[in-house]
Amino acid sequence: MAGLEKKKTAFDDENLSGRSQKLFFDITEEENFTYYGNHDVDFNKRIEIDCENLNGNQLNQKIRDAIRNGYGTVAIKNPGAKHALGVGILNKLNLIFEGSLGYFGVGCIDGPTVRINGRVGWSCAENMMSGKVVVENNAGSCFGAALRGGDLIVKGNAGARTGIDMKGGTILIGGNAGAYTGFMMQRGRIIVCGDVSANMGDSMYDGIIFVGGDPKSLGTDCVEGEMNEHEVRWLEQKFKNAEIQPKVPASKFKKYVAGRMLWNYDNLEPAEKKGILG
Amino acid sequence: MCGIAGVINRASKTVNVGEQMKLMLQGIKHRGPDSTGYAMYGKPIKEGFILRFKISENTAEQSKAKAEDPEILKDRKKQIDKIMKDHGAKVTKQSSSTPYAFRYEFTYKSENLEELAKAIESVEKAEILSIGKGLELIKDLGDATTVSDQYGLSKFMGTHGIGHTRMATESDVDIKSAHPYWAFPYQDVAVVHNGQLTNYWGNRRILERSGYRFNSNCDSEIIAVYIADKMANGIDLEKAMHDSLDELDGVFTYIVSTKDKLGMAKDHMAAKPMVIYEGDDIVACASEEVAIRNIFPHEITTYDPFEAEVKVWQG
Repeated sequence: MAGLEKKKTAFDDENLSGRSQKLFFDITEEENFTYYGNHDVDFNKRIEIDCENLNGNQLNQKIRDAIRNGYGTVAIKNPGAKHALGVGILNKLNLIFEGSLGYFGVGCIDGPTVRINGRVGWSCAENMMSGKVVVENNAGSCFGAALRGGDLIVKGNAGARTGIDMKGGTILIGGNAGAYTGFMMQRGRIIVCGDVSANMGDSMYDGIIFVGGDPKSLGTDCVEGEMNEHEVRWLEQKFKNAEIQPKVPASKFKKYVAGRMLWNYDNLEPAEKKGILG
Repeated sequence: MCGIAGVINRASKTVNVGEQMKLMLQGIKHRGPDSTGYAMYGKPIKEGFILRFKISENTAEQSKAKAEDPEILKDRKKQIDKIMKDHGAKVTKQSSSTPYAFRYEFTYKSENLEELAKAIESVEKAEILSIGKGLELIKDLGDATTVSDQYGLSKFMGTHGIGHTRMATESDVDIKSAHPYWAFPYQDVAVVHNGQLTNYWGNRRILERSGYRFNSNCDSEIIAVYIADKMANGIDLEKAMHDSLDELDGVFTYIVSTKDKLGMAKDHMAAKPMVIYEGDDIVACASEEVAIRNIFPHEITTYDPFEAEVKVWQG
């Protein structure tokens, strides 16, 4: 990694305050990319694992064994909606699930590209650091909870509290999203092509929610922002990459951000606090 | 945590619903190891009713209930038999799988069973689990397979059913706190619930003043009584379920079944899970997809209902 220059990102013009990722994350620091158990893999080397008689622990161990042996593409047959599959993968990898996952699927991952040809249960990709996850069907609640980086995509609908507590990365939802989407989000971006249920962006601290349809209601301290040309282009690129065609063009999407009234909550008079909380 | 599940075979198709429910509930055993309950609907009997009741508790290791003298149980059963006879209820068939739980088929002069039900429950520790023309409600301690084996449920032929695996939180590990709950005194209505109701005691006092009885301190029981009360006031099932979303406070998802319908409701916070599969011949719903997958080995398309959503399926 030495020798790489810092590149300006698409959102360098974003006004960040406080202790943000930018202040303590330096891409030239090699140790940020070196993990125990990180292996070189060949993406042309493929292995299939049948999950029918395996539990989550056993499957995850087999995936790690495959990585250790240089396999860059791992296909999982018969995942059967079992819980905690594909968790803790800290390596570049093409991981394909030929079916649905249960709770906590592909949580705490850093690096793999995952395709799930089915549905995912609650808390898919929780705490994901980097990589890409594509869900072909629907997603349960808490989709991308505490997401820190990477792209998390669902072609269908996502449940309540999507992106709760997220700290970075992008969540893209092809359909609708449930109540409290973006609840307490601190950074990152959520894109919902359809409608969003009640209390969207409640108590959000920072970050952006883009909505193609309509939010049923906005939560505390979530306000509508102004889209700029830069963001429209970014949305178009995201849709293209994810092979999602929203019903309305990117330019018609609405943008929601934190009103930042909660930032100074402790300094406010009681009457002002009441005003914020509605 | 608790796990709930339900299945309905469309066009009133009769299948081995006992095995379907057992497989689904065993798939979510990890959500509640304390007790398991089934409410299943067989082919409705042409004449009379099916009564399921218990006169004591299971005294297994995890239960706080104390073993009772078998003679006391015999005496309670005799009292119930006499009460039924005195009320003009004629028992045509009876069986039991345990010393404390019984299944009767009986004929009765009226379709209104409230008076008879209250008389039966006047016997010490007697609790009616269900009365109906097709409904049979069975619940006991242990996982789905244990209860199914104990009561011979894996050959139960029927159209639909609901079930529950319970992790005891706010009340004891015993049969009376296990789900499903029958909507006393309505024939063929049962409820299973996952969650907590925070305005339970307030609502319970209101319903008790209206004459409803509660057999346990389990908050879930109130949903069955609430639905029964709404139906008594001429409100249909789906409307009653919609009303419950505003009138019952807390976090909950529940499934309700009637003689030919299956319904589910999810609270405004969507805090408790539910996954649904809607096929051409069958609808199945459960707290986790892994339960549904136990009866569909092939890939299926499922979805989560959104918050404040009510769904009712006709059999």
